[in-house]
Amino acid sequence: MTQTVARSGAEAGSPARPSLPLDVDAIRADFPILARTVRDGKRLVYLDSGATSQKPRQVLDAERWFYENVNAAPHRGAHQLAEEATEAYEAARATIAGFLGARSDEVVFTRNSTEAINLVAYAMSNAATAKEPAFRRYAVGQGDEIVVTEMEHHANLVPWQQLCERTGATLRWLGITDDGRLDLSDLATVVNERTKLVTVTQQSNILGTINPLGEIIARAHEVGALVMVDGAQSVPHQPVDVTELGADFLVFSGHKMLGPTGVGVLWGRYDVLDALPPFLTGGSMIEVVRMEGSTFAAPPQRFEAGVPMSAQVIGLAAAVEYLQGLGMDRVEEHERVLTGYALDRLGEIPGVTVIGPPDTVARGGAISFTVDGVHPHDVGQVLDDLGVAVRVGHHCAWPVVRRFGVPATTRATFYVHTGLDDVDALVDGIRHAQRFFGVAPSAVHGGRP
Amino acid sequence: MNLESMYQDIILDHYRNPHGRGLREPFEAEVHHVNPTCGDEVTLRVHLDGDTIADVSYEGMGCSISQASVSAMYDLVIGRTVQQALDTGEHFRTLMSAKGDPTVAEKLEDELEDAIAFAGVSKYPARIKCALMSWMALKDASIRAGGTTP
Repeated sequence: MTQTVARSGAEAGSPARPSLPLDVDAIRADFPILARTVRDGKRLVYLDSGATSQKPRQVLDAERWFYENVNAAPHRGAHQLAEEATEAYEAARATIAGFLGARSDEVVFTRNSTEAINLVAYAMSNAATAKEPAFRRYAVGQGDEIVVTEMEHHANLVPWQQLCERTGATLRWLGITDDGRLDLSDLATVVNERTKLVTVTQQSNILGTINPLGEIIARAHEVGALVMVDGAQSVPHQPVDVTELGADFLVFSGHKMLGPTGVGVLWGRYDVLDALPPFLTGGSMIEVVRMEGSTFAAPPQRFEAGVPMSAQVIGLAAAVEYLQGLGMDRVEEHERVLTGYALDRLGEIPGVTVIGPPDTVARGGAISFTVDGVHPHDVGQVLDDLGVAVRVGHHCAWPVVRRFGVPATTRATFYVHTGLDDVDALVDGIRHAQRFFGVAPSAVHGGRP
Repeated sequence: MNLESMYQDIILDHYRNPHGRGLREPFEAEVHHVNPTCGDEVTLRVHLDGDTIADVSYEGMGCSISQASVSAMYDLVIGRTVQQALDTGEHFRTLMSAKGDPTVAEKLEDELEDAIAFAGVSKYPARIKCALMSWMALKDASIRAGGTTP
């Protein structure tokens, strides 16, 4: 019980403490939750932004502003509030589109990335039975192939398995190399003239790998396949411009990028969106409704059935403005420096193995690791006791942990408020866990403190 | 300190030196249970002699709590009737829903023996399922082995 967690960053032989591009203290002051303590007065060291990010006051204020001043259902009603709510909702869409370098009418609001992916998967299977011939263009069936990768989050795997089960199409995938990269050696055969869609994550949520999308997109387009990019872990952390990207779809979640829960985005090339039948149907997405049948609105309204999550959309636009204020280039560089520092410091600990690329080349800030002799749940529990919040388990990427032959990993993820002190707390906590479970390779304390 | 209240020495001892580990024959039922939120797994076999549990053998991977729980369970159920074992399982479930209330643990001390050490786990909602997985597997396997009616 006498264990104190010392700052060990100044130990001889430790990596130099780099300077960070972002002013972490100033940023932390914007996040009310970072002022609270956890587990008997410990400072909250939040290293789980990859699961969901914390929210700055500016985002919370934007949601409150909407509810207190203009709350009404957008695109309905002729009263002043309805007009202002519609204006705020569409202005938010324009802000988010601008962030992506996209047209506003190419931005569809969904609940999250998961729903955005399901929207496309269901639209593609609905295409086969669509009444309007124009909606059948992207139908899939027997003989067609959908290509995913072994690196995907379950959200970008299970919907495609299900699409294949519904339609008789075949699911194929690109594997992972031992160093945590996509294995593109069979790209030319896996992606072929039967491929209808290739879907791939831009940044792995578990390995941190940043994938070479250019090569994959070029091959997919060469054979006439659509490409979806899962940006859930990239859009919050690096500049993403859909024109430069060259894909047909991009999905991401608001809650992982400082925005509220309950709002995500499907960006789609307009001509592709326009050729897809709806997924969810009902109010607001229609053109004409008669008892005998209905026709549908143009995108993006075609894919936004029901009263939308207006306050959350406004909150997400505030999050985008907050990130733009910091500058996405600097956010990316901030995390690159943090990641390099963390990889160096983790490398000092005997018994710790990082699963994923070992350096910052084409790598984001998700760092998964194992600790010899201590199960990830137990690592996470000890860290939690010290106020350090990490994720443990398979991170909704079960095939990846299986690929690396481990039952689970511990994962730390960073964001704009993360500082070197947070990484130090992680490193100290891992050493503490090793002592607690009696596996510290050179344990001075010998077993439990 | 909270950490020590959960990781009692008894738990760590069971984790490091599990009792009854390994898959053995004969057996009447084998089940495989997973914890889908974290990937913990246990494969568990039950061998009955009439109504009595003659052997429980298992393999699994998981955290200290899940692995210690199955080891402590092994000690508690061998030589008991299926009904007694399931009753003990219910007591363990009660302990896990106690939210750390010490009076619940006191009442169950006699029935749960070593497994009473898991009382501290009930303060951590995310870990309760780790402790319960083996008991769920035992119940499932006992029913399949014909030891009780579902």
